[in-house]
Amino acid sequence: MPRVNPIDSSFFKDERGPGDFTVIGKTVPRSDALGHVTGRTQFFEDRTFPDLAHLKIHRSPHHHALIDSVDTSEALRVPGVLRVLTHEDVPANWYGVLRLIGIGPDDEVVLAEDRVIYRGEPIVAVVADSEAAALEGASKVKVSYTVLPAVLDVEEAMSPDAPVIKKAGTNYFVYEGHHARRIRFGDVEAGFAQADHVFEWRYSSAPIEHAPTETTGCIVEPKPDGRLLIHSNTQAAFFTLDNTALIINRAPTDLQVKGGTVGGGFGGKVDVMVEPLACIAATLTNRPVKFVYTREEEMQVSSPRAAERIYIKDGVMNDGRIVARKIMLYVDAGAYARHSPYGATKAAAHLPGPYTIPNVYADCHCVYTNRTPSSAMRGFGVTIADFAIESQMDRVARALGMDPLQFRLVNAYRDGDMKAHRKEASGTALIEVIQRAAALVGHDLPAEYQAMSSSTPRGAIA
Amino acid sequence: MTLLHGRGFASVNYPTGMNLGGDPSQALVHATTMGGFVVSLSSVDLGQGLKTVVAQCAAETLGIPMENVIVDTADTDTGPHCMGTFASRGTHRVGNAVIMAAREAREVMLQVAADELEVDAGDLETDGTGYVAVKGAAAKRIHISDIALAAHFKQGKTISGRGIFLKERSYPVPETGEMDPDSCQAHACTVAEVEVDDETGVVTVLRLYNTYEIGRALNPAMVAQQVEGGAWMGVSHAIFESTEPYYPASREHGPVDFSEYLMPGPGESPEQTSVILERPASNGPFGAKGIGEMTANAPIPAIANAIFDACGVRLATMPFTPESVLRGLDALRDAA
Repeated sequence: MPRVNPIDSSFFKDERGPGDFTVIGKTVPRSDALGHVTGRTQFFEDRTFPDLAHLKIHRSPHHHALIDSVDTSEALRVPGVLRVLTHEDVPANWYGVLRLIGIGPDDEVVLAEDRVIYRGEPIVAVVADSEAAALEGASKVKVSYTVLPAVLDVEEAMSPDAPVIKKAGTNYFVYEGHHARRIRFGDVEAGFAQADHVFEWRYSSAPIEHAPTETTGCIVEPKPDGRLLIHSNTQAAFFTLDNTALIINRAPTDLQVKGGTVGGGFGGKVDVMVEPLACIAATLTNRPVKFVYTREEEMQVSSPRAAERIYIKDGVMNDGRIVARKIMLYVDAGAYARHSPYGATKAAAHLPGPYTIPNVYADCHCVYTNRTPSSAMRGFGVTIADFAIESQMDRVARALGMDPLQFRLVNAYRDGDMKAHRKEASGTALIEVIQRAAALVGHDLPAEYQAMSSSTPRGAIA
Repeated sequence: MTLLHGRGFASVNYPTGMNLGGDPSQALVHATTMGGFVVSLSSVDLGQGLKTVVAQCAAETLGIPMENVIVDTADTDTGPHCMGTFASRGTHRVGNAVIMAAREAREVMLQVAADELEVDAGDLETDGTGYVAVKGAAAKRIHISDIALAAHFKQGKTISGRGIFLKERSYPVPETGEMDPDSCQAHACTVAEVEVDDETGVVTVLRLYNTYEIGRALNPAMVAQQVEGGAWMGVSHAIFESTEPYYPASREHGPVDFSEYLMPGPGESPEQTSVILERPASNGPFGAKGIGEMTANAPIPAIANAIFDACGVRLATMPFTPESVLRGLDALRDAA
């Protein structure tokens, strides 16, 4: 029997309707389950080709350095090495994945040109008959550097004294002229002035790996008609196809992406990291080419969940109402933008959490440092913010001597409330999940808290 | 050595979809000769069960058995565009696109059936068994395989439909951040119970209690899989994981394999008890909201708050390592 969580139908009875469905709401088996448990599901790497070539990367050992020279002659002498690729082999080396939705500038290079700005940045790709030869070839590439000072802290990166590491001229993404994605709602300073108490704390996190079972990779197969068939574990087939076509300067119709079987995504397979180079290598060698990250590359070079630093300052009344919340949020995007500007905006829309606060001020900074570029991960922009907000809620409740759930219920957003990003709340259910969780663990709530409802307008209950 | 126990709470919401760049997905549905219905997509099933859920949406809308639905996806030559699988958008966007395509195909299917039965299409109904029948006259019916054959070889019709879901792009107002970035919000409250060893600093998450409001549970077993799998990830984020253990002070000591990058095994995985609430979203497929991502979120602060409840140490930096617990306990002793 599959494990199923009970649905408590006593909540939102009128809205749930009769539920007279034939298959919706029923546990039907996952279509991929049989293949997975019998080991017969075909992942991209399960395809074999007699003439498969392998691609491996020579990467920067420095956080920040100028490249003085690159010597690939020794790598080319390794038996089995077919080609080496440098930035000169990449038709449109500068790119940004979000250009498909009009977000720029194109700030990243497929292969480094005159400098590297993070440890692990790819400089040369080596294509060989075997994985071992490709690895040996990559290790034989000689690069000489002039090491530059590195910026490794988000707040240091924002300071005017910090070395500027980005071509665009700022160590942060510029949001329509602003140094951060802003939320301005009400008058936060007036709120603090009116508050009985003001609390301010700092929260932070370290980068986190998606840790998929299957690392990021692809096999690109040149077809007899000249097209390239990309077997990929991407999370977004057309996003990968369109971005790859732009980078390799080929018509999109020259490419076909086949995928759909992914050994763990969690946001780690939306950055278009392997397909462009594999396509270029397949074209130049006219052989199928596999480019798949090693576990070490997946953990240290592929984009992690960003580290964040978050300051939350709350103005609170004695009765538990939060009247002002100011949040300074710093996303460590690492060396390149990838999806981070988008994630910082998603964070802004999420603030100040699922609570109705009349005065909110937030600056969400997407900051560049000389680290592995971070990017999308499950809960993008929200997971670390929720850690900060919900830790803050616990601390404020304790400081006020209030029950932590009652404190949340007092402030919980309801239908019709205006959120800080000026979208009217609807379909809310925070109150109900708190009430049900309290019941689940036998945490008593007074009658007036049990009577609260998301669809009862705020103010109807004192 | 003392084992200290504590309980912590967290309540969160999470957006479905993110239309800051336009956020579309498309679906095509067509019938084969003997009444199979192919749903053509380019969406990627990451293992969360997207193919299964959209097959349910197609079967429900067409009024046919699940076995008659074939999902063909993630090939850019054969499937129409999908933005991708992220932002908790798969079930909501692709589900809506499939329903729209299936409705159009259903209309043709019922018209072909009506012509075969010589009745009005408006008088026909489906019950999910594979038959189309006249309302109130169940004996007057025709099977979908006969409908499909008639469409192909007799009436010359394609039983097919097109669907797309697009929430128009929202451009944030630069000064204020005013925007409409998502389609709906799902909700959760998690209660964590932990044990803290005051000698080793090791935190053990004993139990998690979750309540989720997700619009509509389209497939309850896959809801449980999301809720419990995501909570496991939250536990892992909270007390185990980092690619840079000494961030931001040092970039060194980054783990390079799973013997250095720790995650909970079965012995470190908490017992979980979960309850689901449904407040259907007006714009969701059968009311469903997305919960693909959010299930990792609430456990983290719930665990942080439970650690404080257990031992008085406030951990404001993730992950909550034994070292950070012990340093916190030392600081408490120094202050006392």
